[in-house]
Amino acid sequence: MDELTIARSLFGSSLAFHIIFATLGVGLPFMILISEIIYQVTGDRDYTLMAKRWTKAQAILLGVAIPSGTIVGVQLSLLWPRFMEVVGEVIALPFQIELFAFFIEALFMSIYVYAADRLSPVSRIASVFLVALGGGASAVLITSANAWMNTPTGFETSDGQITNVQPMQAFFNPSFPSAALHVLVSAWMTGAFVIAGLAAWRLLRRKQGYREVRYHQKALMMSLAVGGIMSLATAWNGHAAGQVLYEYQPEKLAAAEGHFETQAYAPLALGGVVDLEKGELVGAIKIPWMLSFLADNRFDAVVKGLNDFPRENWPPFYVHTLFNLMVGIGTLLMILSLVSWIIKWRRRHREALPRWLLWILSSTGILSMLAIEFGWIFTCSGRQPWTVYHYQRTAESVTRATGLGLWFVLFISLYILLFIGTILVMRSYFKRHPLQDEWKQIQAHPTERRW
Amino acid sequence: MNDPLLAISLVWLFVFIYAILGSVDFGAGFWSMFYTRKRDTQAGSIANRFLSPTWEVTNVFLVLLVVSLVGFFPAAIYTFGMALLIPGSLVLILLTIRSAFMVFHYSVQRFRDTLDLVSGVTGVLIPALLVSILPILAGGFIDPDTHMLQVGKLFTSPVTYAYLAFGLASELFLSATFLADYSREADDESTYQVFRKHAVRLGPFTLLTAVLTTLLMGQEAVWLREHLLDQRLWFILSSLCFFIGYLSLFWRPRDGNKARGIPRLAFTLFIAQYALASFAYGRAHLPYLVYPYLTVEGSITNPEMLRYLLISFMIGMAILVPGFYYFWRLFLKDKRYLHQQ
Ligand code: HDD
Ligand code: HEM
Ligand code: HEM
Repeated sequence: MDELTIARSLFGSSLAFHIIFATLGVGLPFMILISEIIYQVTGDRDYTLMAKRWTKAQAILLGVAIPSGTIVGVQLSLLWPRFMEVVGEVIALPFQIELFAFFIEALFMSIYVYAADRLSPVSRIASVFLVALGGGASAVLITSANAWMNTPTGFETSDGQITNVQPMQAFFNPSFPSAALHVLVSAWMTGAFVIAGLAAWRLLRRKQGYREVRYHQKALMMSLAVGGIMSLATAWNGHAAGQVLYEYQPEKLAAAEGHFETQAYAPLALGGVVDLEKGELVGAIKIPWMLSFLADNRFDAVVKGLNDFPRENWPPFYVHTLFNLMVGIGTLLMILSLVSWIIKWRRRHREALPRWLLWILSSTGILSMLAIEFGWIFTCSGRQPWTVYHYQRTAESVTRATGLGLWFVLFISLYILLFIGTILVMRSYFKRHPLQDEWKQIQAHPTERRW
Repeated sequence: MNDPLLAISLVWLFVFIYAILGSVDFGAGFWSMFYTRKRDTQAGSIANRFLSPTWEVTNVFLVLLVVSLVGFFPAAIYTFGMALLIPGSLVLILLTIRSAFMVFHYSVQRFRDTLDLVSGVTGVLIPALLVSILPILAGGFIDPDTHMLQVGKLFTSPVTYAYLAFGLASELFLSATFLADYSREADDESTYQVFRKHAVRLGPFTLLTAVLTTLLMGQEAVWLREHLLDQRLWFILSSLCFFIGYLSLFWRPRDGNKARGIPRLAFTLFIAQYALASFAYGRAHLPYLVYPYLTVEGSITNPEMLRYLLISFMIGMAILVPGFYYFWRLFLKDKRYLHQQ
């Protein structure tokens, strides 16, 4: 492998690792907030208990989210110094503001975790709200930087020099609104499905008390409701993101669809692989006219094909598969939550959902997280060979330093170690703090106030 | 003050804040390791009580430092990125291990000893690597052709070790003084005595290493030593703060039941000491960011971006200061937190 490939693999892996914890850092506080509010409305202590237990999990995750974020933040400058020069000139603002979001999240997370017993219910909810706000804001802000890489605006160039910088225009670049919303709702969706998946997994256990079943049941139905709504929002707004591609990054859309010939009434391709020799997509199911309609709301919209672009600017073709998988998972999860609620409604008087459904539901968390990964790899790899679209190539932005291979091995080992460590610590923590103990504690202090 | 000077002053301020917070934070990790092995004192658990809620906030200051460097001095990133790839990546790995283990430790009380060991050892290694950036920036260790760091030369040069000795001594000295103050706030006089003793021993040693570093510096960076001598006045003021602060560790407090020393005053004066000295060091380092490749003037961003960055800083700080205050009250002031067992 040459140094450029190593740099790309190293950086991509770091982000792929960070994004797991970062997405949960946006999604879980949102679920904690919702259950704290449901508790205030219904007075059902199970919901504060959920909030409390998820907070414990989130505190553990934060121990990896923060350093892994620090890694990507610093690695950007270490591996892509020429890119960061441009960032500093044009799009430094979101990075800068993001820090304040980090501060808010870190401050109030510490407060919520280490001082919860000394806070009134109002300040406790205010603290989770600020944690959720900080996490959401950092996701939106980092997405502004990424959206700018896809649709760079807010500067001009003369003789290779950057001039006439407009920081606000760069910040609010054309793909920012759709991308920011998409990242936010998909993170909330993922937070919900991760909880749903774990609750379903718990419900599959045969030997447990009625109270535990009820507890997991509540968590499951609540997260399926949130997840269902959010997956609807994700799909609807993903459609808007696709239309931005049509307008601003036609190569990426073409690669995502394996679309070679420029044409009106273009078909939507599901599945299949690109045969580079023949220059076409083989083995795909094609839905006539659909791509044109999705891209511009008209069947006669002309969708540019890859043959219209110079070959050295073609993105890699696996992005077609990634795109299909992301959209497929979104659709599947949307249907699953709807079906679950219908079944639940029809079996009101019986206990849990049927076991076959629980088996399927227990995989939703992992599926949703995979969709996040596929989506990001799709945006970043679909932008290739550019780091900043039509301005700076990836090969120009990379460091000239050598010997990256060693770091690649070290960092990958670190990620594997941390991943295993996190799972072990989670399991050990929840094993030694079973639900029964928590209920006993609640009985010992029955007087917790509401507002 | 012109734009580049304003920007570099802000960056200096962040370096300084991180240096103090980092010293206290990493130092607390070290002391916590040192004393959980000796189970007869409370010192380890006091250090841990401070560390648990604060390391995340300290870490954000490190990120703030990197981000503001990118924002204010984009033209410097290439040189920084090339020169600091190795120490930077090492710091990242160690920092990650440390943070993860700190949280794991809090959640699972098993493996206490291993976890304490990790936080203690990284609490020494990370500051050492960070301090080694100073001699790199002062010149002599970057290959003029490839712009890559000459690692071998860096770690065989006595200058580097002088910097390291100074950095580590300062870290332990500052954190011992801080923890002395923190134990007094928690009304734990026996722990106070433990940390005061360390502060008293380490104080003169830090001074010694500082003088040694200045002497050896001439080997690689004559220019810096000459500039430093021009800043004599600041260094004299700084030493004055040190001496008064050091003396105050021996004064009797008004409350006759307490042991010797006024740690709050001492810690405040030591911060002033380091502020003055590092300000002087920063001034002496001008006009260079990285000698001789980068100057402050030559690396500054465009005026439009600078204006937006400064405005966003002011707004952000206005929002955050109340948050910091609340945090401080809950964890550094609230007797219910300080007194828990
Ligand atoms: C749970 C995760 C998830 C799900 C179910 C979906 N997405 Fe997505 N998608 C993301 C998570 C995501 C993401 C990881 O958050 C991305 C990566 C970059 C971004 O802005 O959001 C993304 C990017 C992304 C882009 C690329 C934007 C760009 O490169 O500028 C498009 C066109 C879509 N999505 C469209 C969709 C459609 C039509 C979906 C239909 C169901 C869909 N996404 C479901
Ligand atoms: C969509 C992608 C991303 C999302 C949703 C996201 C979100 C988050 C969240 C929620 C945290 C935890 C913050 C805290 O608790 O303090 C975090 C940490 C961090 N992230 Fe990311 N992040 C993303 C990508 C990135 C990228 C690409 C970078 C690099 C520029 C980055 C830099 C950081 C840094 C530096 C931290 C640590 C901050 C600290 O010290 O507290 N993130 N991120
Ligand atoms: C967090 C989820 C993300 C993942 C999983 C991800 C994944 C990747 C991958 C796989 C690559 C290598 C692409 C290739 O060479 O084919 C890459 C490159 C890159 N990404 Fe992302 N990315 C993410 C988010 C971001 C964000 C938010 C930013 C912007 C701040 C960003 C900036 C970059 C840069 C600068 C490169 C290197 C240059 C380039 O290949 O264009 N990434 N990323």
